[in-house]
Amino acid sequence: MSILLNRDSTVLVQGMTGSEGTFHTQQMLEFGTKVVAGVSPGKGGTEHLGLPVYDTVAAAVTATGADVAAVFVPPPFAADAIMEASAAGVGLVVCITEMIPVNDMVRAKAMIQKRGTLLVGPNCPGLMSPGERAKVGIIPNQNGKEGAVGIVSRSGTLTYEIMQALGRSGFGQSTAVGIGGDPVLGLSFSDVLELFATDGATELVVMAGEIGGADEERAAELIGRGYPKPVVGFISGRTAPPGKRMGHAGAIISGNTGSAKSKVEALERANVTVADTIEQIVEVVQRQLRPRVGS
Amino acid sequence: MKLLEHQAKAQFRQVGIECPMGRIAHTPEQAAQAARELGRVVVKAQVPIGGRGKAGGVKLAGSEEEARRAAEQILGMDIKGFTVPTVLCEEALEIARELYLGVALDRDRRSLVVMLSFAGGMEIEEVAETSPEKIAKLWPDPFCGPQPYEIRQLALDALAAVGGDETMPKSRLLVQLVPLVQSLYSLCQRLDATLCEINPLVITAAQRLIAGDGKIEIDQNAEFRHHDLVKELGDDQVAADSGEDQLEVEAKRRGLTYVHLGGDVGVIGNGAGLVMNTLDLVKQHGGEPANFLDIGGGAKAEVVRNALEMVLLDPQVKGVFVNIFGGITRGDEVANGVIEARDQLQIQVPLVVRMTGTREEEGRKILEEAGIVPAVSAPEAAQKIVDLVAAAGGRA
Repeated sequence: MSILLNRDSTVLVQGMTGSEGTFHTQQMLEFGTKVVAGVSPGKGGTEHLGLPVYDTVAAAVTATGADVAAVFVPPPFAADAIMEASAAGVGLVVCITEMIPVNDMVRAKAMIQKRGTLLVGPNCPGLMSPGERAKVGIIPNQNGKEGAVGIVSRSGTLTYEIMQALGRSGFGQSTAVGIGGDPVLGLSFSDVLELFATDGATELVVMAGEIGGADEERAAELIGRGYPKPVVGFISGRTAPPGKRMGHAGAIISGNTGSAKSKVEALERANVTVADTIEQIVEVVQRQLRPRVGS
Repeated sequence: MKLLEHQAKAQFRQVGIECPMGRIAHTPEQAAQAARELGRVVVKAQVPIGGRGKAGGVKLAGSEEEARRAAEQILGMDIKGFTVPTVLCEEALEIARELYLGVALDRDRRSLVVMLSFAGGMEIEEVAETSPEKIAKLWPDPFCGPQPYEIRQLALDALAAVGGDETMPKSRLLVQLVPLVQSLYSLCQRLDATLCEINPLVITAAQRLIAGDGKIEIDQNAEFRHHDLVKELGDDQVAADSGEDQLEVEAKRRGLTYVHLGGDVGVIGNGAGLVMNTLDLVKQHGGEPANFLDIGGGAKAEVVRNALEMVLLDPQVKGVFVNIFGGITRGDEVANGVIEARDQLQIQVPLVVRMTGTREEEGRKILEEAGIVPAVSAPEAAQKIVDLVAAAGGRA
């Protein structure tokens, strides 16, 4: 089992004919993901990577029944792509695109929330359920190992680091989810933690946050009210100065909110062990779980 | 991108928000001329940072001579690192009460929030901390915008929070606030702003609402939709955004995500979280990071070369740590960029490259053939660069 994504998920890729869309669609197919269609306005009726391309998400859904959308379109058009997928009835949208105007995302978020569509991202690496041979996004295939650790992280590359370090010590993942580094996101840490709580395959959760916002504090409140599985925390940006946007639009300490210290303290109050380094994450997991890794 | 007060007020006027009459002055003589036209004026430093008043950047002038003297004192003054290039001379208002009105991005609610308070005039962060109950809030539907009934409720909540207000009849306040809030909210959306703030929003003795000050911050990600504004604001604005750090100005010109931190270990990585973690690692191993530089997803060789050149513009840098984990970024591209940069720029300082992920083997092979030894683990690489920088006489 896994969360959000399993072996039966069928995926359409918005922006599949672009260079990144092409490269990562190939990678997804190699991993085993059931990619069934591409969407590129104006290129409907053609084929790409042996898959049918449609002008609209609605046409792709009607023809293929796809239930997940991966968004690889450029920033000016990405929020629209998310809303188009939601309007076409896709249940899960994964938006990889970074640098989307935040007011575009405010509107997209409001629209999809009303429709009950789940969104991962934007500005994220997507998600991967290795035991189900399913990934949507850009997580490197070689990092996927089947196992019992659920990973939720704001950063793409840190997610890969954690997956690799745990994998080498014999701990694979149930599902790894990169929720994204933007201020306005789809699923939050709390949302993903709630999904992991009831997932049979997940025995422990690693939560990797960073400076900015208060989503980590919200997640700490959720855990503090009683969470059924052990959670290992990690916060990056401990040495970041306040007032500076550290790459991610969301990674900025403003006023009294968003510091690494506040997040570490909130998590520790909820009895979450917070690791200082990725190596320490592995050590904490080793104390809690027996190694179990598939391929 | 932060607009200066007079630029923000120009935007306000376009949507019908009333502002005091004002003139821009670059010289004391122009300030005197403004006072001749407007009478009693307030002379205000135009810098993109709060706390101007406390720093002596705002002065009341009752005559032409006083306006000239005020401008003499303020022009060229240093306010928190910003040299004042211009002053705004505005007719002085008869102030009955000062309110706060702002539209801002509320991360927690993933929405824009409208905030109104009768405790205006001071920094809203201060009010939020000392008496948050005095700020009334409204989260409008982003497609419909704030409706009149919602704005009336917001105003009534703000009034109730201070136990009422005698400066203006309630009906008159509500009638003026509804279009004002709607205009400010739509301006915020149209400009792709993350903040549109009027503080103070002045209730004048004549019971009119007038914008005493204006602050607008435009989302960096949306600058592509506002070429005219970006062009108009020009290089001053780049400097303002970067706190006048020359290295950050240069990085922005090169299109790089760079933050100058002041140490001697240059850091380049892909992905903000990874770079932040790399800074943490350098520090944990006893080094002082010189900068944050994220080359982002899918970086090509040219970007890597550009990044290395940028980091080495900082004369303090005594070694560079390149930390790449391949997802959308490919190892071979990064390796080619590093080698190209080393050869073209004749880099003398030590380079430690740690690379893993997509096409890592190709990348490592390219590096090894060119005589650069790649590291596999990030802590090992951090230790290596800190040692090399220490050996080169760095602070580490």
